[in-house]
Amino acid sequence: MALLDVTNLDVRFALRRGDVQALRDVCFSLERGERLGIVGESGAGKSVAAFSLLNLIAKPGYIAGGSITFDGQELTAMSDRGLRHVRGHRMSMIFQDPMMTLNPVLTIGEQMVECLKAHRRISTREARAISLRKLEQVQIPSPSARLDQYPHELSGGMRQRVIIAIALLLDPDIIIADEPTTALDVTIQAEIMALLLELCEKHNVGLILITHDLGVVSQVTQRMLVMYAGRVIEQGPTREIINDPQHPYTQGLINALPQMATPGARLNQIPGSMPSLDNLPSGCAFHPRCGFVARADGSTRHACTDEVPDFVTSGNCRVACHMVAEMLDRERIPAEEIR
Amino acid sequence: MSSTAHATAAEPASPLLEIRGVEKRFSLSGDFLEQLKFKGGKLVREQKYVHAINGVDLDIQRGEALCVVGESGCGKSTVARTVMGLLHPSAGEIRYDGERIDDLSHQALMPYRRRMQMIFQNPYASLNPRMTIQQTLEEPIRLHHPDWSPQRVKQQVAEVMASVGIAADWGARYGHEFSGGQRQRIAIARALAVDPEFIVADEPISALDVSIQAQVLNLLMEAQQQRNLTYLFITHDLAVVEHFGTRVAVMYLGRVCEVAPTATLFARPRHPYTQALMSAIPRLEDDRPQHIRLQGEVPTPVNLPSGCVFHGRCPHANARCRSEIPELIVSDDGSQVACHAVEEGRID
Repeated sequence: MALLDVTNLDVRFALRRGDVQALRDVCFSLERGERLGIVGESGAGKSVAAFSLLNLIAKPGYIAGGSITFDGQELTAMSDRGLRHVRGHRMSMIFQDPMMTLNPVLTIGEQMVECLKAHRRISTREARAISLRKLEQVQIPSPSARLDQYPHELSGGMRQRVIIAIALLLDPDIIIADEPTTALDVTIQAEIMALLLELCEKHNVGLILITHDLGVVSQVTQRMLVMYAGRVIEQGPTREIINDPQHPYTQGLINALPQMATPGARLNQIPGSMPSLDNLPSGCAFHPRCGFVARADGSTRHACTDEVPDFVTSGNCRVACHMVAEMLDRERIPAEEIR
Repeated sequence: MSSTAHATAAEPASPLLEIRGVEKRFSLSGDFLEQLKFKGGKLVREQKYVHAINGVDLDIQRGEALCVVGESGCGKSTVARTVMGLLHPSAGEIRYDGERIDDLSHQALMPYRRRMQMIFQNPYASLNPRMTIQQTLEEPIRLHHPDWSPQRVKQQVAEVMASVGIAADWGARYGHEFSGGQRQRIAIARALAVDPEFIVADEPISALDVSIQAQVLNLLMEAQQQRNLTYLFITHDLAVVEHFGTRVAVMYLGRVCEVAPTATLFARPRHPYTQALMSAIPRLEDDRPQHIRLQGEVPTPVNLPSGCVFHGRCPHANARCRSEIPELIVSDDGSQVACHAVEEGRID
C-alpha cells in the first residue's frame, strides 16, 4: 500500500451564492521516496490539492468527500491534535514566497528551535544543534551566524534554503512544495531545485511538487498529474507524459512553450482561457478550447459537450478524454470487423 | 534570403535608438537633514546610492526586437523606463532617430511619446479601474491628436481593437471584468492606438499563464510584422528570448555583459554569466540538470564590486578582473562581450 493515498477528493468553498467546487474526484498516490509533480495553470486547483492534504483549507473551504490515507491513517477524519502531529513532523510544506513564510520578528534560530520544541521534548541547546546541522545540509554559507540573523538580512535564495532546512527539521516522510522557486531568479531557482532533489534522494523523502513550470517538473519528478479546472485530466510517469502527452490540454501546454516552435514562427497557442470554477462548461471542462471536439471526418463528438469524461488507461498513463477513449476503443476492435 | 541579409549588413542604417553611457543612481539617503551624521565628533554629510545602471551602451536598429535579459535587480527595467523618459538618466545620453531626447522638456518630448509606447508587466495594475475599455483606448489618441474629431477617434479605436482581436462589445466594460490575458491584450491595444513605431515591453508576459503567454507573444509578433514595429523587450525568460528576439543583451548588476544576435548567443554563449544563465533554464529533455553552479549571490547595487561586477561569482576571475572594468569588445561573429577572460583568450 502506498504511503499516501488520495481517492475521490472533493473540496468545496461555501460562498453566499452557493458552493464552488474547487476539486472534483482527485485521485493519486505517492510511494515512499517518490517525487510527484502537480502541474496546471492558475485556478486549476493545484494549491488547493496541496493544502487539503494537510487539512489546511481555510474556511469557507471544506473537504466535502473522498479520503486521504497517510501511512494507514485517515487524515480527513483526524482530530486537530492528531493532525498537528502529522503536520511538520511527517509531512512538511514549503510555500511559494519565502518572505511571507518566515516570521520577521524572530531570528532564524528561534523559529527553528520553536518548531523542534513543539514536536519533541528536547532542550534549547539540543534544538539549536539540530538546527545548525540542518542549515549545513542546505549549504548555507556561515550557518552558525545565520541562526542569530533575522529573515530580512537574508537574500531570497538564502531564505528559501532556510525554509527547506525548516521543512527537513523533523525528518518528514513527505515534503509538499508549492511553487518553491517561482519567486526566485533562474540561476537561484536551478540551485534550489538541485538542492531539493539531492536532499530528497539522500534522505528518501517523498516530494509533491506543485508548479506551472513543465521544465522543472520534467527534471525533478518521476510521476506527474496535470490539472484543469479542479480535475486531474492526465496522470502517469513524467517522461511518458512529456514525450507523448495524450490529453489535448497537456499537448497544448507543451506545444505552447517557445522552445517547441522554430524561432520567430507563430507559437501554438491554446485559444481562450480557463473557465471560472463557478461557471464550468457542460461535459468536459476543456471542450470550448479543444480542437478535437470535431472528429477527423467532420462529425461532432457529442460526448465532449454532454458527459464528463472518465479516466481511461493508455499505456502507463490515465487520461480523462473522450477522444482518447474513442481511439482506444477503435484499436481494440479487430481489424476484420472494421472492414 | 542570404543575399538580402548581406545587403542590410553591408550598409548599416542609423539605429532608431542609441543609448550611450547611461547611468542611473537612486539616492537612498533622503533629504539634506537626513544625510547629516555624527562621526568622530564631527557633523558629516553622507549620501548612499543604489547604482541601478552603470554605463550602458546599446543600439536598437529599426524593425528588430532587442531583448534585454537578466535577473531581478540587474537594471533591465530601469533601462526600459529611462528610454521611455519615465526616469531621467544620471549621466549619459539617449538618442531617438538621431535626436537627443533625455534632456527634453515635457512639452518637447510629446511628439516622441507618440512614436514610443510602453507595455507594462502587470495588466492588473496598468489599466485604470475607473475607465471603460473604450475610454482607456481613446485617452492616448485624444492626447496626441487633439484636433481629431470624435468620429475619427472612435474609428481609430475600432480599428486597433479589431487588429488585436478585441470584440467591439468589450468597449463598454471595465478592466476588472477581464482575465489577465485579455487585459494584456487591452494594454497592447492601448500602446498601438497612436500608431507608434517603437514599443518598450517590460516583462509583458511574466504575469500570465503558459497557454496565455503563447497567445500574447503571437499577438506581439503579428503586430510587429503588420506595423513594422521595433521592440525593446525586457524579460527574464530565456526561452521567450530565443523565440522572439532578433538580438539579445544580457545584463548583470547594471552593466551589459554580452550583446549578440539571438542565434549566435544561444549557439555559443561567451560571457561566463551568460553561460551560467543559459545552463539554468529548466528544459524538457531527459537529462538531469547540468547547470553551472555560481558561487554566492548577486551583490547589492549599493556597494558595487571593483573591476568586473561579476568577478565575485565568476569561476575564471583573476587579478585584472578584480581591478579593471571590462568594456564591450566586438568579436568577428558580431557579438560583443565585456569580459577580460574572453578578450585574453583564457576562455573560449
